Amino acid sequence: MSDRIFGVVGVLLAIGYVFAALAIEESFLSDAVGPKAFPLIIAAILGLSSAVIALRPDAEPSWPALGRLMEIGAAVIVLIFYAQMLPVAGFVIATAVAAAYLAWRLGASVFEAALTGIGTSVGIYVIFHLVLGLSLARGPFGF
Amino acid sequence: METLANLGDGFAIAITWQNLLLALLGCFLGTIMGALPGLGPSNGVAILIPLAFTLGLGATPSLILLTSVYYGAMYGGRISSILLNIPGDEPAMMTCLDGHPMAKKGLAGEALSLSGVASFVGAFFATWGLILLAPQLVKIALLFGPAEYFALFALAFMTLGGVSSTNQAKSAFAAALGLGLATIGVDTQTGVPRFTFGEVHLYDGLDFLVAIVGLFALSEVFIFLENRHGGSDAEGKKLVIGRLYPPMSMLKSCTPTMLRTSFLGFVAGVLPGAGASLGSFISYSMEKRLVDKENTFGTGDPRGVAAPEAGNNAAAGGALVPMLALGVPGSGTTAVLLAVLLALNITPGPLLFTQNPDVVWGLIAALFIANFMLLAMNIPMVGLFTRVLMIPSRILMPIVAMVSFVGIYGISGSTFDLMVMIGFGVMGWGLRKLDVPLVPVILGTLLGNAMENNLRRAVTIDNGNWWTLVDSPLSLALWAIAIIGFVLPLIVGARVKARMHARRDQEGSISD
Repeated sequence: MSDRIFGVVGVLLAIGYVFAALAIEESFLSDAVGPKAFPLIIAAILGLSSAVIALRPDAEPSWPALGRLMEIGAAVIVLIFYAQMLPVAGFVIATAVAAAYLAWRLGASVFEAALTGIGTSVGIYVIFHLVLGLSLARGPFGF
Repeated sequence: METLANLGDGFAIAITWQNLLLALLGCFLGTIMGALPGLGPSNGVAILIPLAFTLGLGATPSLILLTSVYYGAMYGGRISSILLNIPGDEPAMMTCLDGHPMAKKGLAGEALSLSGVASFVGAFFATWGLILLAPQLVKIALLFGPAEYFALFALAFMTLGGVSSTNQAKSAFAAALGLGLATIGVDTQTGVPRFTFGEVHLYDGLDFLVAIVGLFALSEVFIFLENRHGGSDAEGKKLVIGRLYPPMSMLKSCTPTMLRTSFLGFVAGVLPGAGASLGSFISYSMEKRLVDKENTFGTGDPRGVAAPEAGNNAAAGGALVPMLALGVPGSGTTAVLLAVLLALNITPGPLLFTQNPDVVWGLIAALFIANFMLLAMNIPMVGLFTRVLMIPSRILMPIVAMVSFVGIYGISGSTFDLMVMIGFGVMGWGLRKLDVPLVPVILGTLLGNAMENNLRRAVTIDNGNWWTLVDSPLSLALWAIAIIGFVLPLIVGARVKARMHARRDQEGSISD
């Protein structure tokens, strides 16, 4: 069933891609092929292969239980939040929080998670910023 | 003679303090990444690319660092295969078959050092193969026009699924997805924006480094979260190494095996669609047929350890041949290395050898040096690397995720790129669950623009005549190989895969 849904999504993606490709404005200075032809070829391959996937599905993959899916969803939200907070909170604080969260969700105790978070963040800061001179996001405290 | 002179120049470039230190660092990090289950060669190189850039390294030093990681990961994969019966990366899968039984018999140290020697032999001969074969391939490639290049790219995509692919539709889907992603941004020929939906950040196109780190490294973190695999595989097991040097008799009995499989592995590495995993697989199967008279393979026969290790390290060297000579990689890790070259504004392919001989020969010399360093590191110091196996993934994976973020942010300083990377991470997780290979996606985003430009150049030169694409014997030959490479797995793929992946897991999506 997963492959059938995947194939249908792929076909829809290919159709959407075709429409977006046809909407490309041609420049008055165009070569013999133009900017649309290659995307249209790709769309054809995308659509065909998706149709084959939908018609001849593989064995069902082992999807995780709902709880594990939520786990991944939560991690994605935390990482998005991390990316947004990076310029605001500064590298060290944001990274410590994000790394601690990931460690905690992978089964570390609260204490161990906090230690992993701080260790990762300070370690990267020292190696990448102080030693190697890479510019990291600066927060309100300058680190 | 000219080759030796070039090689001499290469050594002059490679032997500077900076380059030697980078090679040492690369070998060390590579072995660790190869040893840790979950971090393979493509992952390891992907995470370190941003580091190479942010250090402001030039082309040759960056390549030295990253190819040392690549060779190192090929060495490191065997450690957990032998000690834990868990392959550290995909090519090391076959090493489990005889390596772990040897460890159970109390011969862990012998197995580790023997496989270290085998890795060295494989990589050493493959590097010589690279020196001899790549310039010949360059001579052929210089005859290529745009139409032939277009056919060559098509060949790379059509064979990338590999002989072991069971679902060519999914390989084709992955390639088309990658090529489609590459078309995002301003069209290089006419200057019109395509598929940008008015988002200014997309005008430059998607940065392939962002795609690579997201697809490879971040999706790995999600896989670990999904399985809540927080511990270390070595927990509760005693890792006894024993003596660190193999007896001479064992080395002697394995020498013919190592030489044969080095050759075979190298050929497998050069051929499109094969790569290191297949290299170690056919090496092992051939040796089993050839020398296994008493049915000792699978019960801890030293030759069964030497064969796959020499094979996969030779294949790793062989895979560099098409990447450097043609600019078309045949495996995941070489695709990542190609990304490095492209990001450094170096066009790989035949012109690389004439325009940037310092890069090519410096790199080759560095491979020799790295190989000796790895041998030195992997035999006396192997105990150090076994300790790495004790690091639980609940500590390792947050570090991997954060280093990925730091690397990408360090290159661009843009939050938008980080969001794109998270998007690619989620996509990579989904595709891996659905058993869609990730390497064609990467290769598509990397080569999409070059492929389109060659197509348009070829057709434009011939005044809009599309038949020009199949007009020369050379391009017809390339198309023929491409079609055979695409159709063959439909016939034999299921069988090869079943034998190769008897113990396969999701790591297969990042196969090399």
